[in-house]
Parts: sequence; structure tokens; C-alpha cells
Amino acid sequence: MDGPHKEQPAHGPAGTGWEPTIVAFFCTWCTYTAADLAGTSRLKYPPHARVIRVMCSGRVDPQFVVEAFARGADGVLIGGCHPGDCHYQEGNYKTLRRVALLRRVLGEMGIEDGRLRLEWISASEGEKVARVITEMVETLRALGPLALPARRAAWDAEVAPGTVEAVPAAAAGGER
Amino acid sequence: MAQSGKPRVAFYWCASCGGCEEAVVDLAEDILGVVEAADIAFWPVALDVKRRDLEGLADGSLAAAFINGAIRTAEQEEMAHLLRRKAQLLIAFGACAHLGGVPALANLWDRAAIFRKVYEDAPSVVNEQGTRPQEVVPVDGERLTLPAFRDTVRALNQVVDVDYYLPGCPPTPKIIKEALEAILSGRLPPRGSVLAPDVALCEQCPLKDTKPEQLLLKEFRRPHEVLIDPKTCLLAQGILCLGPATRGGCEALCPRAHMPCTGCFGPTSRVVDVGAKMISAVASMVDATDPQAAEAILNTIPDPVGTFYRYSLAASRLRRRIQTPPPEAVRAQAAGG
Repeated sequence: MDGPHKEQPAHGPAGTGWEPTIVAFFCTWCTYTAADLAGTSRLKYPPHARVIRVMCSGRVDPQFVVEAFARGADGVLIGGCHPGDCHYQEGNYKTLRRVALLRRVLGEMGIEDGRLRLEWISASEGEKVARVITEMVETLRALGPLALPARRAAWDAEVAPGTVEAVPAAAAGGER
Repeated sequence: MAQSGKPRVAFYWCASCGGCEEAVVDLAEDILGVVEAADIAFWPVALDVKRRDLEGLADGSLAAAFINGAIRTAEQEEMAHLLRRKAQLLIAFGACAHLGGVPALANLWDRAAIFRKVYEDAPSVVNEQGTRPQEVVPVDGERLTLPAFRDTVRALNQVVDVDYYLPGCPPTPKIIKEALEAILSGRLPPRGSVLAPDVALCEQCPLKDTKPEQLLLKEFRRPHEVLIDPKTCLLAQGILCLGPATRGGCEALCPRAHMPCTGCFGPTSRVVDVGAKMISAVASMVDATDPQAAEAILNTIPDPVGTFYRYSLAASRLRRRIQTPPPEAVRAQAAGG
């Protein structure tokens, strides 16, 4: 939903214009800990990822991914434990399958493959966090802005002014 | 109020198949109850009433207007605004008005691609001059006009404010009747409600007891590929049934007829993007732990967008296929221009 949540303005060094925004969902047991390690190890990597800590990559509902894109993310990164290492036994296997299906749907919707990335990063792999984010920023730079909020405004320019993006009916609806 | 003192209602048809109009007629003898309780002031499919008659009514003089169909053309948009002005309550009637419906699957293409297909590339078309419909054509000093065909199909609430939603493709006579009674008696839930129970369809399905606690599937099969066992949960048979992510209210009409739910009642109130939610549920059922095997099983679903967003693409968080690269204006705006 759009609501009171303002779209992130484009950021980046003054004068250079657009810089990619990555929403990164990291599982608390492995990838988030690895990101912590990257920090305490003083590894350098680009500042474009906004990390959201989740208990398990299996908690990442595909709705979160489309919501991130809808609110202006250029890329979504999901980081979880290596297969076999999930704290909840098989959360990351569910993630693997969801991402496979979601990727096909996103492809049909015109969202390029490189905008959704799934990586297994264990707690000790701080350098992998740095490498993956660096690579993803490069990929997104090559792809350019996804800019869904701006595109939505462009799509809506064809209808009468005063038209607003409606809250999804189901979300607004109570029980009868 | 009309001269008869009865509340006035209106029905209107936008981008849809006509099934919703049929659904009103399907009330059968109950339609007499409606006619007894209300004056139908405007219903182009059944009554010879013109747009100017509607325009002549005082604003707010209709108790309720029921609009079915998605919004594809400028005319439909105008009628939605006009009915919104004339009616105290505007009700999105059916899946197309509610979520965009099947017509919104056209959002996988744009106007240019649709016109190219329809007026040139379709195998049965002979159109050597490449004639296309024009919004304005001068003929003998007159101007003939057609409504503009929009690039994007919209749900009704993406064009005007909507008070209530009647889900379904089409809504069932039972929920139509209940909604009419609620409206005419003024016993209505909070504005913005979907006038159907807020539970998943599985709750109403007679096959519910045969749904395993944990589903693990090696392949997905389409209804024409198998002999369906009428006594077992369709998902357990590998048939993609959207019951887990779809709102109940139809009382599982399709599963009762041994066909899977395709999701026409839309999501429950806890779901924002019903397609993404169903992707989540379906992928969880895949019996594979390595990427290739999972992909192979998931590839037995031939048309994921058409399957998971069959009725809801316009109302989804992505709304339409994205043309890449982005238009210049979009690039500029994204760069903070």
C-alpha cells in the first residue's frame, strides 16, 4: 500500500543522479550475522542495500518482494542459510522454491532476472555479503532504474485527474 | 427517492463478459422482490433508459449503483464518474470491477500491441490498409467519435471511490441477494468491505477433510489431464486449486463440481497481493530440495501469471507488465529530476 509511506527519493553522490536501491531480507541466523561480521571486519561495500532482518529466509513472503518493487526498490536480495543449515530445518528450501516460481512471474511482468537475487550466506561469510551486494549494485546499474512509483504515475496520467491509487479492496475490507 | 417513494438503483456494464448482468437475472423470482423494494432507474442491458436520463437525475438521488466490469475505455471511466456522482453507494459488482478480472490480463500487453494483434496479426484478419479505430473521424462535415482505448485496464476503485465490493465471476445469487437486502435495509458493514465471508475457500470446501496436513507434490496437473477423484482434495491430487488463498462465499461451487478454484472471489482481508500469496503457498508444496528438481516441478505450471493473477492483475502490486527500458520521463523522475 502506498498510504503515508513516502517513496524513497533517489539518492547518491551529488550530481550523479540515480543510484540503485536494494531491499535486502537477511535471515537472522546466517546472513544477518554475516553482514554484522562484514561490518566488524571493516569490509567495504556499497551503501545501497537496506537490510531487513527476518527470522528465516522462509519468512520472506513473495508479497514482500512485490511490495518492495512497488514502493521503489530497484532490486531485492534474499539471504539465507546454506541448504541443510536452516535453523528451522527447511525454511530455506521453501525460499528456494518460492523464488523459482516468483522469478518466472516477475519475468512475465517485465522485471528482469537480475533484480531478484537469492544467496546462501553463512554466518562466517562476511566477505560474501560484501561481494554479493557489490555485484548486485553493478547488475542494477546496468539494468537502470525500475522506478515503479514513477511508472505508475506515468500509467495513471491517461485517466482523469483526481484518480488515486486505491487501497486493495481486500485489505480494506472487514468481515461481513 | 423516486415518485413511488422507493429507493432507486442502477446497474451498469463496463469491460466484462456480460455474466454479471446474467447473474442479476439469475436472481430469478427474487428479482421481483428487488423490483418491489426498489426502482431500477438505469440498466441499459435490460431497460431503454439513456445516459441523458441518468444525467438528468439529481446528484446523490440513487440509493445505489452497481457497476460490473473493469475500466478499459474513456467512456467506462466517464460512466463510473457519472454514477459515482448520482449514487449514494457505489458497489463494484463482480471480479472485474473488484480486481480487474480477466480483462486485466491484457495488462501483459499495451494498446499498441493489442491493436497490432487485433487489426493486423490475427490469422482471420484482412486489413491491407492497416485501418485502426480512430477516436475522431470527420464524415460529411460531422465528427464521429469513439471512446479512447486506454493502455492499462483498471479495477473500479482505481478510477472512482467504491463503497462496497461484491466478489465473484460472477457473484452468486445468494451473495447478491444478501447484499441487496443489506443495502435496502441499511444494515451495512463498514465502508470498503467486501460483501462476502472473510474466510479462505478451503473452509467451505466439502473436500476439506481430505486435505493433508502437509502437501508434497511431484507435479502439477491440469484438470483435462487426469481423471479427478471427486472425493479427494484437488490440491492433494496435484491440481492447482486456489482455495487456500481465495475468499470463500461461493460455497465452493467449482470444487463441488470437481473443478479447481481459479480465485474469482479474490483475497481475504489479510492478503494484499493474492497472486504472490498463492505463489508462496504453491511453491511450499513442491517436493524438492534442489533447485533443478524444484524448477522442473514448477515448470509443470504452464502460465503462472494467468494462473495466479487470473482475476487480479490490475489490483496486484505490480498492476501491469513493465516496458523496458523505462521511458525518458520515468528515468528523469527516478533520478530525482
